Amino acid sequence: MELSSSILLTIALAPLVGCLLAGFLGKQIGRVGAHSVTILGLLISCGLSFYVLYQITAGGAPVYNHNLYTWFEIGKYTASVGFLIDRLTAMMMVVVTFVSLLVHVYTIGYMADDDGYQRFFSYISLFTFSMLMLVMSNNFVQLFFGWEAVGLVSYLLIGFWYKRPTAIFANLKAFLVNRVGDFGFLLGIGAILYFLGTLDYATAFAAAPTLAGKTLAITQNVHWDAATVICILLFIGAMGKSAQVPLHVWLPDSMEGPTPISALIHAATMVTAGIFMVARMSPLYELSESALSFVLVIGATGALFTGLIGIVQNDIKRVVAYSTLSQLGYMTVALGVSAYAGAVFHLMTHAFFKALLFLGAGSVIIAMHHEQDMRYMGGLRKYMPITWITMWVGSLALCGVPFFSGFYSKDSIIDAVHESHRWGSGYAYFCVVVGAFVTATYTFRQMYMTFHGKERFKVVEHHGHHDAHGHDDHHDDHGHHEPGVLHHAPKESPWVVTLPLILLAIPSLLVGFFTVQPMLFGNWFGGAVHVSEANNVLGEIGKEFDGSLAMALHGFAQLPFILVLVAFLITTYIYLFNPSVADKIKTALKPIWVILDRKYWVDNIYFAVFARGGVALGRMFWKGGDAAVIDGVLIDGSASTIQRIASGVRRLQSGYLYHYAFAMILGLILLMGGYLLVRQ
Amino acid sequence: MFNHLLSLLIWLPVAGAVPVLLAGSDRPNLARWLSLLVAILTFAVSLFLIPQYNGDTGGMQLAESHVWIAALNVHYALAVDGISVALILLTTFVGILVIIGAWEVIQDKPHQYMAAMLVLEGLMIGVFCATDALLFYVFFEAMLIPMFILIGIWGGPRRVYATLKFFIYTFMGSIFMLIGLIYLYLKAGTFDLHTLATLPLTLQEQSWLFFAFLIAFAVKVPMVPVHTWLPDAHVEAPTGGSVVLAAVMLKIGGYGFLRFSLPIVPDASAHFAWLVILLSLIAVVYIGYVALVQEDMKKLVAYSSVAHMGFVTLGIFIAFMLVREQGNTDAARLGMQGAMVQMISHGFVSGAMFSCIGVLYDRMHTRLIKDYGGVINVMPWFGFFYVLFAMANCGLPGTSGFVGEFMVILASFSANPWIALFAAFTLIIGAAYTLWLVKRVLWGEVTNSHVAEMKDINGRETLVLGAFAALVLIIGVWPEPLTHLMDSSVTQLVQLLAIHKV
Repeated sequence: MELSSSILLTIALAPLVGCLLAGFLGKQIGRVGAHSVTILGLLISCGLSFYVLYQITAGGAPVYNHNLYTWFEIGKYTASVGFLIDRLTAMMMVVVTFVSLLVHVYTIGYMADDDGYQRFFSYISLFTFSMLMLVMSNNFVQLFFGWEAVGLVSYLLIGFWYKRPTAIFANLKAFLVNRVGDFGFLLGIGAILYFLGTLDYATAFAAAPTLAGKTLAITQNVHWDAATVICILLFIGAMGKSAQVPLHVWLPDSMEGPTPISALIHAATMVTAGIFMVARMSPLYELSESALSFVLVIGATGALFTGLIGIVQNDIKRVVAYSTLSQLGYMTVALGVSAYAGAVFHLMTHAFFKALLFLGAGSVIIAMHHEQDMRYMGGLRKYMPITWITMWVGSLALCGVPFFSGFYSKDSIIDAVHESHRWGSGYAYFCVVVGAFVTATYTFRQMYMTFHGKERFKVVEHHGHHDAHGHDDHHDDHGHHEPGVLHHAPKESPWVVTLPLILLAIPSLLVGFFTVQPMLFGNWFGGAVHVSEANNVLGEIGKEFDGSLAMALHGFAQLPFILVLVAFLITTYIYLFNPSVADKIKTALKPIWVILDRKYWVDNIYFAVFARGGVALGRMFWKGGDAAVIDGVLIDGSASTIQRIASGVRRLQSGYLYHYAFAMILGLILLMGGYLLVRQ
Repeated sequence: MFNHLLSLLIWLPVAGAVPVLLAGSDRPNLARWLSLLVAILTFAVSLFLIPQYNGDTGGMQLAESHVWIAALNVHYALAVDGISVALILLTTFVGILVIIGAWEVIQDKPHQYMAAMLVLEGLMIGVFCATDALLFYVFFEAMLIPMFILIGIWGGPRRVYATLKFFIYTFMGSIFMLIGLIYLYLKAGTFDLHTLATLPLTLQEQSWLFFAFLIAFAVKVPMVPVHTWLPDAHVEAPTGGSVVLAAVMLKIGGYGFLRFSLPIVPDASAHFAWLVILLSLIAVVYIGYVALVQEDMKKLVAYSSVAHMGFVTLGIFIAFMLVREQGNTDAARLGMQGAMVQMISHGFVSGAMFSCIGVLYDRMHTRLIKDYGGVINVMPWFGFFYVLFAMANCGLPGTSGFVGEFMVILASFSANPWIALFAAFTLIIGAAYTLWLVKRVLWGEVTNSHVAEMKDINGRETLVLGAFAALVLIIGVWPEPLTHLMDSSVTQLVQLLAIHKV
């Protein structure tokens, strides 16, 4: 039975309705009203998404691909708004609405005392709508709409606490860096329209084989392969949105936003839009080896080098942020070796365990009264057991310990890279394997510093302080009080916070075990993802696959797990038994530590070149071009030239009669002389 | 009524200005209500254009023609096509909003201000209706007078410098057009635009005429390097003057290219298309950087207007490359439509941006960015609109600002990827100057006690900004009705591009 349009519209629009109600009528409906309507919208959306997934996989519903209305129609070019619902979309819809729903619930606890409560709910519902429009689109225009709309909401949410200078710097930076990506993305759409003559996915993919042999004239003598140009331009968009090197700089700064959105937008969903997009465009990417190699190298670089920065971070959220950068690198690597299903599979497992880690970190931050520095934590496990256990589940999944969901997705990516012979795959293999060690190192370090070892904070009871609950410190007070001193003992967060943690821990633990076979090796995605026979690395690995259990058991003997084990032993020794070693290592490897602490100076260079350079260039154009040349020389210059001529001419009008008489006589003589000359 | 619909549209606001003037300075409220009534009536009459205009044929319709100066064979000839209809609707719509926007803001001689606005509105509609070149020229020049008065009387401290610069610039430009028109008249014996379009001209003649038209319209658009009057005029103009200037008057430059350069001198236009394209790209990139460093909000938005209008000229002239070099009429239509949509959209977005600045100026009496900061803390509803219009100014999909730029960039890529590359740079630089402005004005802690005392927008201001917001969003979400309205006219124009006169 075909999916009905009204169900799909309801899925997309329910969060939008919630957003509008909470946003415009926030005062009237109050806090409870705002979270009720938005959560209701998400419940409807999430429930129906599960229904759609069921229909598509088990209910025998065919792929849905219909336009809702025409956006414009000019000549042979048509742009529409419509939905394409296949297995890839259905899976994304479930992931997006499920994580979003849990984040909505979590927000009730996390933002309980914030003045912008209703506004926050409005924004995250708007985000959900935008993200759904992005994943459900059946054409490039709507894709770009969703693409930029999630960017807008990200901008609004990073700058949610708009009084903080760091937050409003970070949101501007995020938007501009994303715009650099979108710049490439838009040109990519232009290239698609030029070569394929359509903005519709299905038509474009059907016409994709005609790209073979076509080139784009860059100069008169240089011609680039059409498919490569299209794919690289589109991928530049993905580099912005999915924070790939060298456009990764905005993601760590985005941690200025409230933690729920770090989980939802900057870990689970929005940043994976680029991964989703490339997987969606697989029929195009399969045409260009060069573009895929480019993707591979960019992804591998991010996977390793951004992960390394995570090791030196002390802010609990920033560790998770760099971990996200590194994991996005893994997904991109998978795309680069044509293991699209592997990338999307890791996208899914990562959405669960990374949302869990962020929300867990948020739970810790609540308990610590908005202290984010792990140097003032330690020993929290006895105060908040649910957060502690669920975060361990997320961490082990992130490290890729066998049986956890992250193991199935991450190890498959590493295997796929090993299997691939594409240019750059050797480098990528090195990066992802070493990356496994790096991942485990920062993850265990974070867990130990937060939950284990000695308590590095003091509890000083303030009896004069009448606030009874643990969340009284306003966010803006963050940093004003003495670090490491709490007025109340940390305690476990309320159920609205812990319930989402538990609900995310379950899929973090189990989803890989149950879905690895169909999603990676069972051609689950069907026609949604296209891999040509020669590139089918997952197919090769699949030949040796004999069940989730065997894969996990086999995983214990593999190199990645051994590296995780080594990292585990090292970090356990350092952070549980001999903390002074950490400082010794830091001193011994000072140069490396500086490089990592300064994040390879990338931010500084960008700021100096693009921000300061841009302003300097603008000043030069303004003062030099507009003011000096155009107004100074051309306008005021010609005005003064006219004035000079005029003052010269004025001398002729002296007012003396004999001057005029003399001029008349002179004129007469000239005229008559001329007349005589002509007559002769 | 429908036989003289266009005349009615032109002269209703002009005649309506008389009772407004007569209301005098003693009865300011009567003058306000009268002028609002006239503006609403004009808008209502303009709505009749939609059913009356037949969008399927695309030719000039609702024609009126009377001999005006028999000796010179000048006619009072009016007609409209889809593009004119869209621009007239823009004019009458903005006409209402500037009256409401000026309501209690203009305390000094409000009756004269309102009357000048109404006269200006009528003359601008005249420009969009005229099919006789001399009549066009008369409206084109006459329009300067009320604008000159608006800036000169209700303007800021340097208004005399600004008005002179504005007047001389535009007047100097149009002198060349007049010379060109006289030449054409001597050749053809008529000012009828339709006849002139079929007049055979050598490439050399066309080139001279092309530059005569280019100078006139480039000043109006304005294009680099004749744009420097615009920031000065905007800074000194009252809010309503800025809104009309940005929303409608600049469009007359783009409209002039369509009515004069394209049909009369197609070969020269094609020959020099590279020049206009180059200047348009300079407008996007160079002006983008200049906008970035402005310290005055109005100047920033004025420069941003120059950059955005670059897409109009780019879209029009890219069509030449596409038709003449590749025979790709579909992409040419896309580019041309993009230019047209950009004109309409920029009317709403820039009008809204200037209205926002007006709201701030009315409270603080300063336009310097550094005097603001943290406005969102005291004016949340204003902040909502400001961010919305800022996003439209950055060309965010879902707002009207995206539609035209998107079409033009896509069409440019088909002509030459390098052109698209520079045009698409607006995504970055446009966002940079707009959002940096928003950051400094809106976000952050309240920076001083004056900001702390600011009151959020009142009902009247909400009405104006809300009306702009509605159109920005409607066109952004569903541009099809607008493109459909102009489609057959654009198609005809593109067909004209392919016709060689030499």
